[in-house]
Amino acid sequence: MHIGDFKETYASDQAVFINATSRFWLGILFALLILFPFVAGDYLLFMANLAGITIIGAVGLNILTGFAGLISLGHAAFIGVGGYTAAILSTRFDLPFLLCLPLSGLMAAFFGIIVGGPSLRLKGLYLCIATLAAQLILEFIFVHWESMTGGIRGMNISPPDIFGYVLDNDFKFYFVTLIMVILCVTFARNLFRTRVGRAFIAIRDRDISAELMGINLLRYKTYAFALSSFLAGISGCLWVNFLKTITPEHFPLLESVRYLAMIIVGGMGSILGSILGAIFMTIVPEVISTILGFLVNIFPTAMSFLFPLQQVIFGLLIVIFLVFEPHGLAEIWRRIKNYFHLWPFEH
Amino acid sequence: MKILSIDHISLSFGGLNVLSDVSFDVNQGEIFAIIGPNGAGKTSILNIISGFYRPEKGKVFFNGNDLTHMPADKRAALGMGRTFQNIALYHGMSVLDNIKLGAHYHLKTGLMSALWYWGAAHREEMELRKKIEEDIIDFLEIESIRNHPVSALAYGLQKRVELARALAMRPKVLLMDEPVAGMNAEETEDMARFILDIKEEYDTTIVLIEHDMKMIMDISDRVLVLNFGQALTHGTPKEVQKHPDVIEAYLGKKKAKTNRTAII
Repeated sequence: MHIGDFKETYASDQAVFINATSRFWLGILFALLILFPFVAGDYLLFMANLAGITIIGAVGLNILTGFAGLISLGHAAFIGVGGYTAAILSTRFDLPFLLCLPLSGLMAAFFGIIVGGPSLRLKGLYLCIATLAAQLILEFIFVHWESMTGGIRGMNISPPDIFGYVLDNDFKFYFVTLIMVILCVTFARNLFRTRVGRAFIAIRDRDISAELMGINLLRYKTYAFALSSFLAGISGCLWVNFLKTITPEHFPLLESVRYLAMIIVGGMGSILGSILGAIFMTIVPEVISTILGFLVNIFPTAMSFLFPLQQVIFGLLIVIFLVFEPHGLAEIWRRIKNYFHLWPFEH
Repeated sequence: MKILSIDHISLSFGGLNVLSDVSFDVNQGEIFAIIGPNGAGKTSILNIISGFYRPEKGKVFFNGNDLTHMPADKRAALGMGRTFQNIALYHGMSVLDNIKLGAHYHLKTGLMSALWYWGAAHREEMELRKKIEEDIIDFLEIESIRNHPVSALAYGLQKRVELARALAMRPKVLLMDEPVAGMNAEETEDMARFILDIKEEYDTTIVLIEHDMKMIMDISDRVLVLNFGQALTHGTPKEVQKHPDVIEAYLGKKKAKTNRTAII
């Protein structure tokens, strides 16, 4: 039983998983994640893949908006850039999946750096509008550059393969998603243990004093945009390889707003928050519609009014969460963890 | 030996002359105080030295280098530390992380090794932690709050954390903007002791703005008096106290004739 934290080195004091108990539970979590696809049905596997892909995108946005304080309304478009890059590279140039993955990330990062350029001068709502413009321009390109993107009909791609092993169902793809989520989350968490991550937070909290501390604002804001859209690109590449189709409709402004909602609900400036927020926003609408579907079976006449209720309940849930815990799901999780920290012998 | 020299600086915002033709030198290892009534341009001078404002005329020299057109973040590398009047800590971080941030320029970790973390970045973080614990946290007696979030600290402690962050920059010159403003007598005494210790132990030159005349006269080696953006005089605390222009600026003309000695 866990009875206290006693540290003998600075390294153990600065570890992410600070004691044997938390490492034990992390091990259990990994074991469950690996066992999950063997017991889950098709539908759950599909949702798990989608949640994983969304997590990567949400971590990306949280690095930019939650940590570096640069608000972006163009995140879905960067995911789109990644998705289209992957689709174009794999259909036209026949590049293997493992090569498409980093290239999609790099292409999205390239666009991110261009869009992030004005961020040295623009802050807050002004930057928000600048990124909104990027979203609309990129959407326009997706629709109208027909020779490359297939226009409004989009593109279809064949199932990806890794060294000849074809990932043709959700079960196989789950492991790719899982590995990518673990890598992205680990790297993102590592970042905030070093001077680069600290510089992001400093820019968010007090950019002027950050500059006087020797932080080159242009360089670090560019890093934040590049990293954020790199992860968006990875997320987009996985997305298109998972669904095997891509159209401009998948990356509207509303999707960017949904990503913002994710990190706000999950917890701004928290990697765990991005994960929880992404899962919440992916799974909860499904749970609500399942419950409502169940109710429709009992009261068939209520169908017409139960169906729109889905959106209302989801919206209400978000508002209730934000009112009771403005710091998001990550903060709720932290409090639960603290309660059980030395449980049952608190004192 | 002079470490910092301000050479005929002028600055104006719109039609308002904030500083006109101000010159002074700061010697290596001294505590140099800038005093003056509100709006005299004291903070503007610090902002010019640290690169937040560009002077319209004049130059700033630091260790012989012309700083006038150097971006603010580069000046940190040359060894210029700063604390702020209205505390500018990073409220989303713990005390420890705030202090670590001060050392930003002395660290090497790049983006890629930061993402990977294990190896070089980890070693560097551990060395940094050890150094901060031994040199700064121990020195400023803030062991008990090192893991607290900054926003939860009392005002006096926040000022002390800000000083800790500035020390982590390992500055040659430390610019302090009202380090004891709003502090009680005990906190002021602590801060004055820390400032003297920093000068002795780290051989740091300190440029300081303060309204607390008792502290200024006790600890500073030389004082510059500003009024309406002009340098009235500078010299040792004793000389400045007796200077007729200073008495006039602080007490007004009429009293200056009758009461020349008591400005404090």
